[in-house]
Amino acid sequence: MKRMNMLWLQSAGCGGCTMSLLCAEDPNVFDLLADAGIEVLWHPSVSVQTGDEVRRLLAAIEAGEQVLDVLCVEGSIVTGPKGTGRFHMLAGTGRSMLDWVRALAPLARDVVAVGTCAAYGGVTSAGGNPAGAVGLAYDGKLRGGALAEGFRARSGRPVINVAGCPTHPDWVTETLLLLAEDKLGEGDLDDLGRPRFYADHLVHHACPKNEFYEYKASARELSELGCMMEHLGCVGTQAHGDCNIRPWNGSGSCTRGGYPCINCTAPEFEEPRHPFTETPTIAGIPVGLPSDMPKAWFMALASLSKAATPKRIEANAHSDRIRVPPGGGRKP
Amino acid sequence: MTDRQLLVGPFNRVEGDLEIRLDIRDGQVAAAYANSPLFRGFEMMLLGKDPRDALTLTPRICGICSVSQSAAAALALGAAGGHAMAPQGALAAAILHGVENLADHVTHFNLFFMPDFARPAYAGRAWHDRAVARFTAMEGSAARVTAEARARLMHISGLLGGKWPHTLAIQPGGVTKTPDARDRVRILATLRAFRRYLEEALFDAPVEAFAALETVDQLDAWEGGDAALFFRIARDLGLEKIGQGPRRYMSFGAYPLPDGPGFSRGLWQNGATGPVDPALIVEDLSHAWMLGDTAHPTQGATVPDEDMRDPAYSWCKAPRLGGAVVEVGALARQVVDGHPLALALAAEGSVRARIAGRLLEIARTQILLEGWAAALDPEARFMDPAPTLRDGQGAGLVEAARGSLGHWLRVEKGRIAGYQIIAPTTWNFSPRDAGGTPGPVEAALVGAKVGAGEETPLSVQHIVRSFDPCMVCTVH
Repeated sequence: MKRMNMLWLQSAGCGGCTMSLLCAEDPNVFDLLADAGIEVLWHPSVSVQTGDEVRRLLAAIEAGEQVLDVLCVEGSIVTGPKGTGRFHMLAGTGRSMLDWVRALAPLARDVVAVGTCAAYGGVTSAGGNPAGAVGLAYDGKLRGGALAEGFRARSGRPVINVAGCPTHPDWVTETLLLLAEDKLGEGDLDDLGRPRFYADHLVHHACPKNEFYEYKASARELSELGCMMEHLGCVGTQAHGDCNIRPWNGSGSCTRGGYPCINCTAPEFEEPRHPFTETPTIAGIPVGLPSDMPKAWFMALASLSKAATPKRIEANAHSDRIRVPPGGGRKP
Repeated sequence: MTDRQLLVGPFNRVEGDLEIRLDIRDGQVAAAYANSPLFRGFEMMLLGKDPRDALTLTPRICGICSVSQSAAAALALGAAGGHAMAPQGALAAAILHGVENLADHVTHFNLFFMPDFARPAYAGRAWHDRAVARFTAMEGSAARVTAEARARLMHISGLLGGKWPHTLAIQPGGVTKTPDARDRVRILATLRAFRRYLEEALFDAPVEAFAALETVDQLDAWEGGDAALFFRIARDLGLEKIGQGPRRYMSFGAYPLPDGPGFSRGLWQNGATGPVDPALIVEDLSHAWMLGDTAHPTQGATVPDEDMRDPAYSWCKAPRLGGAVVEVGALARQVVDGHPLALALAAEGSVRARIAGRLLEIARTQILLEGWAAALDPEARFMDPAPTLRDGQGAGLVEAARGSLGHWLRVEKGRIAGYQIIAPTTWNFSPRDAGGTPGPVEAALVGAKVGAGEETPLSVQHIVRSFDPCMVCTVH
């Protein structure tokens, strides 16, 4: 079996992608990586080495004494204050994480941005972006982040953006499994650098609210069963991710939990320019309809289907539980 | 006279990045300085936003206690609008929160804290082979079985909250998902499976037996599971004598429910528990790279000093209660709640006491969760939608795994006009204040033994990790 090593660094994020990774199942994350020949050189949450042991490892990689296969970076890279990166100095090293990432990324065979912060800046760049957060290869939607525009790892591949807030554990582990077999080429990434195995799906796919969506039978308050697109800010019809095909934490997903998809795999999701749980409308028409459907067709179909909404669906859409079962319910 | 200085970092197996500067004299720590080296600025990001957006953004402060952040934000919004959760919604929120805290505690014990005892430096100790087999990082049998048990426990988060971390399910009016009868029995089944893990691996006894311990002698005589392995190690290494905290313990009260909190609220000092008055909280900025004056969080602001001027040495502000340093966390919560074992350990305030407090809380939280899940009423309403919030001010005070977490919110004309957060590790890892008084971990490290060749002293690692710091929450 081929072996592949991996160094994981955390910068300006919440650590949630690691915490989600620890939720990997069948098998657990430690067995999964070890069984695939993936050696963890260091991970900030689970490795034993600390302090001087880590500094020696980083020095050996930088000096070329330790080959680095995969560099995973979790969290955005902060460039402030004043372009110095000193809003995150990697502890014990006297150097900013900005500096470390620029030094280590070119030495890695592949670079994986774990989570939307590392990919595009993410939540850390919300509001006025007080810390000057950027992704590795993107600053929001713009190419070029902490690394120079056009950056390529030793393999020739660009940064692989496993975007998500947080990432599904399988998105990360399967990216690593594919890299370990050298089976993740540039063609397997979408236009934003995301692995297509999960980014070619939409959150809408297999959403349990799809029957409500078909009739535009819409929830007006969180906890109602209806579709959340029309009023509650849900953008699952545009958001890339297999969240409803491959559930989270057993059987969950955002929409299964009764709250809207906020498109957390996309650059700049953190600033939707409206409250997250409210759909902006122009003349009563929701802004942000499914991206690849002509608007006039959508409107025509929506008004037809709304008019045809069965009573069962209309009643359940505005309820917190199924009031009217299919077929009209139990016979007395 | 300082013999040498050490800069310890990157300090791992804590959540986020941490740097500790140590002055060493006569083979022990003479002074310690805790630096939280990462600044992101969540409190600044929130200004001007719709108040509901705090429910989406603040959980993302922290990936390990995101439900705690979510619960604090929901309570702050509710308080600002004078609105309460539907009672069953509060119960569902408590289950989501309890699951996170329970998962965090077992993660800390098995993945963050115990692996240090498997280090070669301890080879030859009578317990070392066992520690290696169980707790070698990423390979030990306890690490792997814990990862699996934790992942399965989180199925409750998936079922009730959609996903973990970063759920949006907890709202000022309750929760977004109405569990049905089938969900209730599934949650109970998952909890019973987690009980089996605790009773086989951690305690090798019923959780009730551990929760019934009352004295330190009984603790010392505990024989079951990895808990017993830890107490054996603690006796051998004298962990009951190191890492002593301020022995002033605060809890905001955990899991607010209509009949009162799951673990009570209060302040323990000088051997007695009394009320805690949040009005007496201030954040001192004298040694933080922050501009402004000492203020209560309702008046406070977050303005980073971009020049990072001396004598500041951390992005962390220094919270004080009535001018005093307090310790927060599982031990503090159990002391304030009046559990006999925790009270017996309160004056010790050591590394061992903190770990014992956490183990005790694991046992008690499992029992609480089973009762709450059984009490879920699928016929009830789980959400009482809160009206639009135009103007108001409120605080959300909760207990995260690592201790007291507060959100202080002010809304003007439908927009966030002020948002200040004090997280558990802001208390425990605070820098010095204007009077030069060090924060809890800084004081706890003084006197720790440092071997001549040690660059990253093991005693320092045990003490720091016994607090279970969450550095991403600390500065936020």
